[in-house]
Amino acid sequence: MPDAQALEGKHDSFRRMQPHRTQGMVGTIRQLPLVPMAILAVFLICGVFGSLITPHDPNKIRLLDSLRPPFWEEGGTTKYPLGTDQAGRDIFSRLIAGASVSLVVGFTVVVLCGMFGTAVGIVSGYLGGWVDMVLMRVADIFLSMPLLVIAIVMAAVLGPNTGNLILILAILGWASYARVMRGEVLRIKGGDFISLAEVAGAGKVTIMWRHIFPNVINTLVILSTLSLGMVIIAESSLSFLGLGVPPPAAAWGSMAADGRNHIFDAWWICAWPGVAILLVVLSCNLLGDWLRVRLDPKFRQL
Amino acid sequence: MQKYILKRLGQALICLFAVSVIVFFLSHLSGDPAALMASAEASQEDIEALRVRLGLNRPLHVQYWIFFSNAVRGDFGRSLRWSEPCLDMWLKRIPNTLLLAVGAMMFALAIGLPTGVMSAVKVGSWFDNFGKTFALMGQSLPVFWVGLMLILILSVHLGWLPTSGMGGVQHLIMPSFALGWYFTAAICRLSRSAMLDVLDSEYIKMARIKGVPEYLVIMKHAFRNASIPILTVGALNLVALINGTVITETVFNYPGVGRLVVDAIYARDYPLVQTCVLFATLLFVFTNLLVDILYAYIDPRIRYG
Repeated sequence: MPDAQALEGKHDSFRRMQPHRTQGMVGTIRQLPLVPMAILAVFLICGVFGSLITPHDPNKIRLLDSLRPPFWEEGGTTKYPLGTDQAGRDIFSRLIAGASVSLVVGFTVVVLCGMFGTAVGIVSGYLGGWVDMVLMRVADIFLSMPLLVIAIVMAAVLGPNTGNLILILAILGWASYARVMRGEVLRIKGGDFISLAEVAGAGKVTIMWRHIFPNVINTLVILSTLSLGMVIIAESSLSFLGLGVPPPAAAWGSMAADGRNHIFDAWWICAWPGVAILLVVLSCNLLGDWLRVRLDPKFRQL
Repeated sequence: MQKYILKRLGQALICLFAVSVIVFFLSHLSGDPAALMASAEASQEDIEALRVRLGLNRPLHVQYWIFFSNAVRGDFGRSLRWSEPCLDMWLKRIPNTLLLAVGAMMFALAIGLPTGVMSAVKVGSWFDNFGKTFALMGQSLPVFWVGLMLILILSVHLGWLPTSGMGGVQHLIMPSFALGWYFTAAICRLSRSAMLDVLDSEYIKMARIKGVPEYLVIMKHAFRNASIPILTVGALNLVALINGTVITETVFNYPGVGRLVVDAIYARDYPLVQTCVLFATLLFVFTNLLVDILYAYIDPRIRYG
């Protein structure tokens, strides 16, 4: 574009056809998906600094204040802006505390699945042969299982706590990463730069780490962003069934389960956690879609 | 083609076997059901006697072999908690779940398909933005919350529909909608991208040049060709409904196999858990298999993948 402008001068028709783009830093910022990034930033802050910014202690039981509605309804106060649950705990504080649960579980599972799944995918895709066959059969077994059903059984067996939850979701999730990464590796394996590296005498590990891996990072980032949302939904579903993070720890899913018993008289207990989940997962999906379009145009139909 | 089918069938059987082993050993790790079942004053000898009677004192792999050989003959044991044969309990409830699944599919096709098609036809308009947002929201909401909000709005505030249980059509509407929510969003997204692909083709341009009315272009030419990918990829998403039934049936207290799994797990009822998970995996695996075969039949390129 700059060459065309230089050649044809200031008033050429080609330049008039281009839509006006704001240059510089303001232009770059305006292209970013600001709302999803803002929501995720808030989620991150709540998750990391949750215990410092909650207005009330999320676990303190105050039976005198139980079942208070949000502040805009009759009987509500601004002291408990979103209402209280049946044990008098402030919903707003519990939402913030629940963010840290979802954040920890979500990020850890995504990182674990990403690392293990990518490693398996790259090894399988590059080495081929029987290694590929064995690894992909194993991945197929994991992919063919109905995830939630198996997760429930595992959670019931191993006991509900955060560590087990992360383990279960990671074990059930790595297979789809491996499949996608393997597809990416197969796509770039025929490239000249790989053959040149092999001819130059680079070992297999070096090729995988220094040549293949940097080229599949784009896909990994997109996949991770999209699966963060799915992991958060899975974690909240398991917590809803009582098989995730154990009470009295605040988790969005278990808050909704608590609210289920009071759905006739206290709708706010189960409504707000869902709004939180919606905002976070929607932002993950929007960010992932934006990344997909920006980073890899071939993926636009995925 | 036959080779492909045999290969996929073999994979499906291996997967089923692997899942049965995993579930069997997992559920036996979790604690002693005899101690749970015996009353509080039972002595050690009584608990031991109970274990012998239930066959729990034998080594694990022997127990697995007994389970496997019985299962192949159709005997899946008796539920520890409810003392009914597990297979009968499952068979009694599967029609309810299938009803729910069919309802969910109907919602998805009735809402998702037209929305996606219209979004593609009117790409860039406000309807398209609405369709895209709807699809994205559908995939961002957990099933249990959709169910709870439906109960809140339609049962608590408006009083139109009952909150739980089984009875007539009105008991089916909300659970089907909640179950089909994710699938609706997926179909909307799929049909939009499939239609967009097809509407760009040469033969569509030819039809328009010929002067075919626009509605015929869309329905007769574009949609028919787009329906193949929609059908096959949509069917792959259908299996995710199995996951959704567990949560939906718990929220709505609906007597189907999803709730049976959850109840069995809470009660530490091994035989029932094994049976339910095994059958859920069976459904999952064989639906996937059928869809893969269908896809390979329609699109020969897949067979060599």
